[in-house]
Amino acid sequence: MFKKIYICIFLLLLPVVLFSGCGKKSENITLAGSTAFQPFAEKLAEEYMKKNAGVSINVQGGGSSMGIQSAISGVANIGMADMVALPPEANTLKQYVVARDGIVIIIHPSNTISNLTTQQAQKIFSGEITNWQEVGGENKKITIISREEGSGTRTSFHALLLQDIKLTSNALIQESNGTVRENVSSDPGAIGYISHGMVNEKVKVISLDGIEPTTENTRTGAYRLIRPIYLLTKSEPMGLAKSFIDYILSSDGQGIIESSGLFSAK
Amino acid sequence: MFVKDNMSTKDKLITCVIYTVAFSAISILLLITIFIFRKGAPLIFKIGIPNFIMNKTWAPLGSQYGIFSMIMGTIWITAGAMIIGIPLGVSCSIYLVEYAPLIIRKILKPIIELLAGIPSVVYGFIGVVMLAPFIRIHMGGPGLSVLAGSIILGIMILPTIVGISIDTLQAVPNSYREGALALGATKWQSIYKVVLPAARNGIIASIILGMGRAIGETMAVIMVTGNSANVPHSILDPVRTLTSNIALEMGYATGDHQQALFSTGIVLFIFIMIINTNHLLKIYFYYLLYLPLQFFVL
Repeated sequence: MFKKIYICIFLLLLPVVLFSGCGKKSENITLAGSTAFQPFAEKLAEEYMKKNAGVSINVQGGGSSMGIQSAISGVANIGMADMVALPPEANTLKQYVVARDGIVIIIHPSNTISNLTTQQAQKIFSGEITNWQEVGGENKKITIISREEGSGTRTSFHALLLQDIKLTSNALIQESNGTVRENVSSDPGAIGYISHGMVNEKVKVISLDGIEPTTENTRTGAYRLIRPIYLLTKSEPMGLAKSFIDYILSSDGQGIIESSGLFSAK
Repeated sequence: MFVKDNMSTKDKLITCVIYTVAFSAISILLLITIFIFRKGAPLIFKIGIPNFIMNKTWAPLGSQYGIFSMIMGTIWITAGAMIIGIPLGVSCSIYLVEYAPLIIRKILKPIIELLAGIPSVVYGFIGVVMLAPFIRIHMGGPGLSVLAGSIILGIMILPTIVGISIDTLQAVPNSYREGALALGATKWQSIYKVVLPAARNGIIASIILGMGRAIGETMAVIMVTGNSANVPHSILDPVRTLTSNIALEMGYATGDHQQALFSTGIVLFIFIMIINTNHLLKIYFYYLLYLPLQFFVL
């Protein structure tokens, strides 16, 4: 009885093993790194594969530092990183800025505030200002919602806005852009920061120093909380890797990036 | 013992295979232990045990690795879960065994056991969507708090406590109850003075297992406790536990930061060991001494 089942399973698996090496020879590349850019890279890869039959593009996450590491070691053909400043070990890599991601400060939609100055924002996130009244809002306690230490979004937010100021230890910590957004949308006193691509109608985006985070303002550089998204390759890209990067930088690719909530590279 | 003499080759082979499988499970545990200690111990010794355990500041990017607030967080949350889970669980099992008609017990017990099958992320989601806003509006604070975590965990450990407690209470011989009642005790007196003391060991075991579950739970806790690395001062303060510290930051951690998370794992490991030691000792004696003795000597 059992013997028969084992033989059946063996026979079923045999062709899988034997023929897995065959099949149509198709070109394939792997992208790995930034979790912030991962969903957009997947979308771009999908569109690209629709247009070019017979190629396959794998997109993996892992975080920006892993993106750099895997580009250096060659584990991935293209590494993705979303850091304000790339670490020195990335200097040997070919770098392409394919998009820019804005970090926006979000609050609950019922909050009357629509603008903060840089100084006010710094004081809120450092815990010096604890009530919305102090920045011209209602008498309500401020709940700060942040990301965990090491997160790319948090690192960029620190580099761009807080600089040397330490985030208050009273801040609530959430482990993804999505959960920060959900928690801000459910707490009337909350303030948080997320990637511009993640904004939806449940939260209110506020201006910084009177400047709204629009495409125009990021292009001119007026809105400051912007981080570049890099694609990194070990050497001059060739073949599929090159044509995929070219596709992302083309107007088609940039259009997809813009329509999904990121900002175009130029 | 004649079974042993008559053992066919096939039997011996199967025994051998089963032994190997059983011991490979244990050796995996051993490997995990070695791995955690190898990864985490160097950092603990580098910064010193007191500095690691008693320091309140957790700022890994600023090379501050103090997990005191997380240890306190785990203790607060677990204590809270126990305060909610033990009375609910034990009284539930007393009702089901002593008072409930058979038909109700037959319906309720599987339902409570079903609670164990609900994924923890679902508990966490309910906590975020319903419990946290309720606490924020009616009691103050940010809502994501020790209280929210304790309530969610208190419910999550119910099936563990109820399941084992019911078995223990059922195992108390009926003659105990009859004896108590015959001496003139009321129903409640017989339960309180006779049945519960008789079932004490099993109920304590169920509580210990529930506690282990509460300490180890991660996903639901991350979602409902707010994760601030601060020592909580009230049950409305957000808090971070040892498990959530590891799960939150593992994704991005490199170098010393990653090691610090493994060190957190060591502390968690020691926590669980202390709690389960009573339990473990019993198991060791039974399986490592008593059973082999029976097998080889008799």
